Amino acid sequence: MAQVTTAEHKSIFSLFNLIALIVLGFGVYITYLRFTGGLAAVTNLSDYNPWGIWISFDLLCGVALAAGGYVTSAAVYLFGMKNYHSAVRPAVLTGFLGYALVVLALQYDVGRPWRLPYPLVVQQGTTSVLFEVGLCVAMYLTVLFVEFSPAALEWLGLKKARNLVVKLTILLTIFGVVLSTMHQSSLGSLFLIAPSKLHPLWYSPYIPIYFFVTSIIAGLSMVIFESTLSHRFFAYKMDETHHKEANGVTLGFGKAASYVLAGYFAIKVMGISSGNQWHFLKTGYGTWYLVELLGFVALPSLLYAIGVRVKSLGLIKFTSVLAILGVILNRFNVCLVAFNWQLPSSERYFPHWMEIGISVFIVMIGLLLYRFIVTRMPILYSHPDYQDVH
Amino acid sequence: MDHVFYTLQDFLLHTESVTYLLVIATLVGMTLFWLFLAGGKNKD
Repeated sequence: MAQVTTAEHKSIFSLFNLIALIVLGFGVYITYLRFTGGLAAVTNLSDYNPWGIWISFDLLCGVALAAGGYVTSAAVYLFGMKNYHSAVRPAVLTGFLGYALVVLALQYDVGRPWRLPYPLVVQQGTTSVLFEVGLCVAMYLTVLFVEFSPAALEWLGLKKARNLVVKLTILLTIFGVVLSTMHQSSLGSLFLIAPSKLHPLWYSPYIPIYFFVTSIIAGLSMVIFESTLSHRFFAYKMDETHHKEANGVTLGFGKAASYVLAGYFAIKVMGISSGNQWHFLKTGYGTWYLVELLGFVALPSLLYAIGVRVKSLGLIKFTSVLAILGVILNRFNVCLVAFNWQLPSSERYFPHWMEIGISVFIVMIGLLLYRFIVTRMPILYSHPDYQDVH
Repeated sequence: MDHVFYTLQDFLLHTESVTYLLVIATLVGMTLFWLFLAGGKNKD
């Protein structure tokens, strides 16, 4: 407890807080410009390039990287891997914040935030894949909020409400897995409508499966990465169980990620084969595709496997960063680099610095919220009143 | 690989044949990879 006291009394004038203040200041300024001057005031978007990094990074990467919530709760509550229980709450929190920020980021891209519920209550575009994505994300965000709520209710001392929500855990987990399976894959399905715009190496009838499988990889890797950061910065908040289970979580998730990456590599090669796209590998885009496939899929799979075999936690943690970068690279490739690939370079999109500014602003909000919650609520430790309930 | 296909039948026969061979290789490869993954210090 002495450590807790020391950490809690740290000065608020730290380097991180200073950087956060600057980022938030810029973010508020760009937000003002965006909602008063429109997209043209802060973005390089055009009729040729109607979406940019707010979709490729904030939305596609955000949703994929928030997959740790459903992956971890499915492992623990559906597959009975109770030795990973301490990873559930941080993963659910990361997922909840990730999805909430995805919805926030979407407001910058589509504008007119008051129309957010329109697809649900005014005009249902039931023939659109995007309608299904919107519906699933709205429902899953609600599920994540309820899954996360026991920690907040324990913090607030609302025992009855907390006990009621905990009884719904299995139901919520099943909902979470079903909804995630649907919208993670549907985000890939969005690109099925554009076979002439997406480069043949990235376009595939199997793209929904690719998106779903990569979300599992992202989820597993994010849990390892996030656990590493939590141990670095919030170790004083962790209880004994959390410390004891941490190595097992890293090894177990690393092993799973290695195998899923290997399977993903195999289905990607089969995708090239079934479309007979081999000849594209000899082109410039082919080289870039091989960089993604070999450097950010095959290599992490092998490194994870070696790390698990020799029980090298450092190697597994390093590989989790590589795997996360691989998923981000994949989303950027599908959404931007290989999209509109036949346009002349003068018409191609490159983000405006203010677009990057908003993305950094949103990530910063996520970091601050995460810090606010884990330093107050029982995320990295069990609440003393509920020690035996887990 | 730059072979010209004149009918859909030819195209599918070629691509499906190659893909089925890859499926078999994957099944064998994934089994061997699992043995590799489950080996090492994990046996202890």
